Amino acid sequence: MRLLAILALALLASLVLAVIFGETGLSGAQYAAAFADPGSAPGEILWDLRAPRVVAAALVGAELGLAGAVMQGLLRNPLADPGVLGVSAFAAFGAAGVIALDLAGPPGVVEAAAMTGALAAGAVVAVLASYLREPETLVLFGVALSAMGGALTALVFNLSPSPVTTSEVMNWLLGSAAGRGWNDIALAALPTVAGAALCAYAARCLAMLTLGEETAALSGLAMARLRVAAVAGAALLTGAAVAMAGVIGFVGLAAPHLVRGGVSDDPARTLAPSALAGALLLVLADLAARMIPTEQELRLGVVTALFGAPLFAALAWRASRSWRA
Amino acid sequence: MNPAAELVGASVTLGGRAALREASLAVAAGEIVGVVGANGAGKTTLLRAVLGLARLDAGAARLGGRLVGELTELQRAGLAGYLPQERRVAWNMPAWRIASLGAASRAPRDARGLALAALEEMGLAELAERGVRDMSGGERARVLIARLFATQAPLLVADEPTAGLDPDASLRIMDALRQRAAQGAAVLATLHDLTLAARGCDRLAVMSAGRVIALGTPAAALSAMVLGEAFALEGGLVDTPAGRVVAARRAPQVPERTGL
Repeated sequence: MRLLAILALALLASLVLAVIFGETGLSGAQYAAAFADPGSAPGEILWDLRAPRVVAAALVGAELGLAGAVMQGLLRNPLADPGVLGVSAFAAFGAAGVIALDLAGPPGVVEAAAMTGALAAGAVVAVLASYLREPETLVLFGVALSAMGGALTALVFNLSPSPVTTSEVMNWLLGSAAGRGWNDIALAALPTVAGAALCAYAARCLAMLTLGEETAALSGLAMARLRVAAVAGAALLTGAAVAMAGVIGFVGLAAPHLVRGGVSDDPARTLAPSALAGALLLVLADLAARMIPTEQELRLGVVTALFGAPLFAALAWRASRSWRA
Repeated sequence: MNPAAELVGASVTLGGRAALREASLAVAAGEIVGVVGANGAGKTTLLRAVLGLARLDAGAARLGGRLVGELTELQRAGLAGYLPQERRVAWNMPAWRIASLGAASRAPRDARGLALAALEEMGLAELAERGVRDMSGGERARVLIARLFATQAPLLVADEPTAGLDPDASLRIMDALRQRAAQGAAVLATLHDLTLAARGCDRLAVMSAGRVIALGTPAAALSAMVLGEAFALEGGLVDTPAGRVVAARRAPQVPERTGL
């Protein structure tokens, strides 16, 4: 509980920080105006541009943190992340496809395409998860699905009609919370809530799985159903995250590790703090993307990978002792 | 009264090979039945058949008198606890938390209470908060036994509970199983140490090539002929001041094993 409280406070502080600071410097009087009259120009910057972007980053981070924790618990593998079963590769393919086909005009089309891709891959993995008890086999199928999704996305690049389209697809894939509005967040609410509910339902099987499938099979839990719920929940969350902000790496992998020590390694109790840690990480990463002065704003996926990789390597070094089989 | 576990003419095929052939066995409350046999003789398959984890081609498996295939997962968990051979613990959870997984269907507070009691029974009360991956192999094996005990199931099935353990740890585990049997549990365990099996079990099932070739008291089951057929050993049970031991050497002529 203390860990959750600390993370929640840190997240709250980061949200406030990220709304206050931005590429447009505001004076004290302008901040006062923004708070007094949300309809004023500074008010619009704060409440219609920054706030939804910051909330979107937090939401995506939470989705990835939760999905990553579920995947690591389900597969009993500290290297698993939300993309390990191929869901994000297919979400990316869906989005890349509609951008390349020039169908991305109406709002919501790219998001719907990404979600469709994620759900299609998720459905395949969920069916497999109901039959395959060993995590290794599930991971192998996931690797195959990921490769397939990656190949299809590469095919989109390959057949892309113009370099402009290619760069548009590329830009989208690199991930960003820029330009996200309150309506996008409202759209993401349903899959996020449904995914989180499924993950919460599946949480009790994760602790049991720490002792392997045979023990879990005799534990009285309906393991097949719980495995499917875990995969479906993670797929919904991952799909919603990719639909909102493109493919963002490392958050789903690192967030569970950041909090694991605080919950005595219990995979079920990792879920909620991992979601908060993911949100915190992505809000800070998005703030960094905005504040680091570059000609082209840094993409979110680039920032998380650049900062996340060394951080994760350091974590892995510290934790390597407890990962020995 | 129905036996806690019963196997009648059970056959199992694994990967095209007959892993269990017409095996019959019953375990009653209060007794420890040991399953011994060479590697690949079908001991684990026999346990898995009893628990409904292996699909039967023929015969029947019953827990508490009911066909195992007709039980819900929760009912089955209420009738049998299982310690599989797999000892890997994926995450470094504290011992009490691992032990409490045995009582997962109970309220968290009850599960914790059962876990702590079982850890105490295994002499691990002081290590309750320690991460299982920071423990020695013997300590971890005892935590996993505590997890089995926390199920409070009337039938306790353990696949090589003493594998890889030193004599002291092995004897502790056999004592703990004996204590549970004295409290009314039925215990079914595979063992490789024949002396340990002969001294710790009420009855032994000797397996060879998927069949139960002998079933009875240790003295009856471990006859010279059975030792020859099941293990290719020459010898038998010998009484010593410290108790009964199995003394044997490799038989000069290895009898051909069928079906392997």
